[in-house]
Amino acid sequence: MKILGLLVAVLTGCMLLYCAGDFPDWADPNSPASLHVSPHYIEKTMEETAVPNMVTAVLADYRGFDTMFETGVIFTAGVTVIILLRRFRRKDEADVQGDSDSRKGPPDDIIIQTICRFMAPFMQLFALYVLCFGHHSPGGGFQGGVIFGASFILLGVAYDLKTILRRIGARVSALLANTGLLVYSGIGALCILLGANFLDYSILSLILPATGDIMARSHGILGVEIGVFLGVSASMISIYLDLSSHGQLDEGL
Amino acid sequence: MIWQFDLLLLTFVVICAIAAITVKDLLSAAMIMGAYSFFMCLLWAEMGSVDVAFTEATVGAGVSTIFFVAAAYRTSRRSKD
Repeated sequence: MKILGLLVAVLTGCMLLYCAGDFPDWADPNSPASLHVSPHYIEKTMEETAVPNMVTAVLADYRGFDTMFETGVIFTAGVTVIILLRRFRRKDEADVQGDSDSRKGPPDDIIIQTICRFMAPFMQLFALYVLCFGHHSPGGGFQGGVIFGASFILLGVAYDLKTILRRIGARVSALLANTGLLVYSGIGALCILLGANFLDYSILSLILPATGDIMARSHGILGVEIGVFLGVSASMISIYLDLSSHGQLDEGL
Repeated sequence: MIWQFDLLLLTFVVICAIAAITVKDLLSAAMIMGAYSFFMCLLWAEMGSVDVAFTEATVGAGVSTIFFVAAAYRTSRRSKD
């Protein structure tokens, strides 16, 4: 069985390598992808959206649907983990068989705890920086949200789950994950209400004061990124809560 | 694109991939997967796609490693095969 698996893996690898030979060369300016769509983005992004970072403009504006459903995927993952793992029974009914070895993790260490406590606010500040400067530098809502969630997870690893739950409850994190997706699709729906297509941000200039059509697209991208930030960070925290405590939300690692 | 650097990174990626499926301890496998993601992140950054590298560093090397570790603590540490 093992040899069969190895054979299948090697054959698939050889086939993929053979097919990779048909790809255009790396950074070939004459490849089809570089001839049709890319020049439009490279030349027109700045004048159409006023966003210097092309990647952000493509992610949140030109391919806005893609990013919305990506956020939906993360949200679905969070909801699925809650459905599969979380126990909604009361404490006294819950089976107590795992209690004796519920803390198998490393013992508490004052150096690790102190350093993690000092690092968490800087991570959160950096996450907000990544979110706000997504227009100008690499990053955006997705990466910022993951860093923001990771700062809470760091506290959960260094202390225990109670430390996370005191700062952001299980209900609150689930609610924030919902809110993130709602902000994203809500901005899209707002564009429909104002009379344009879904996620066509330039119509937002009607309600944003002192904003032209172009700047409205830039601001729309920021609003959408905030939605992604909320959804992703809350989903990450929610997944960690259930995964590390087997859905009991008691001790964690 | 410096091909010597590329080759070095790709070698590390392959070594990490093989090590991650051969090692028996699940916690070590999770850590090696984190190292794999980090080398992939360096590779993306080296090819000029900084946004993808950033995502790989935060999601792949950061959070998913923690998820693997959290899941490994909740099962037996040793892999059967």
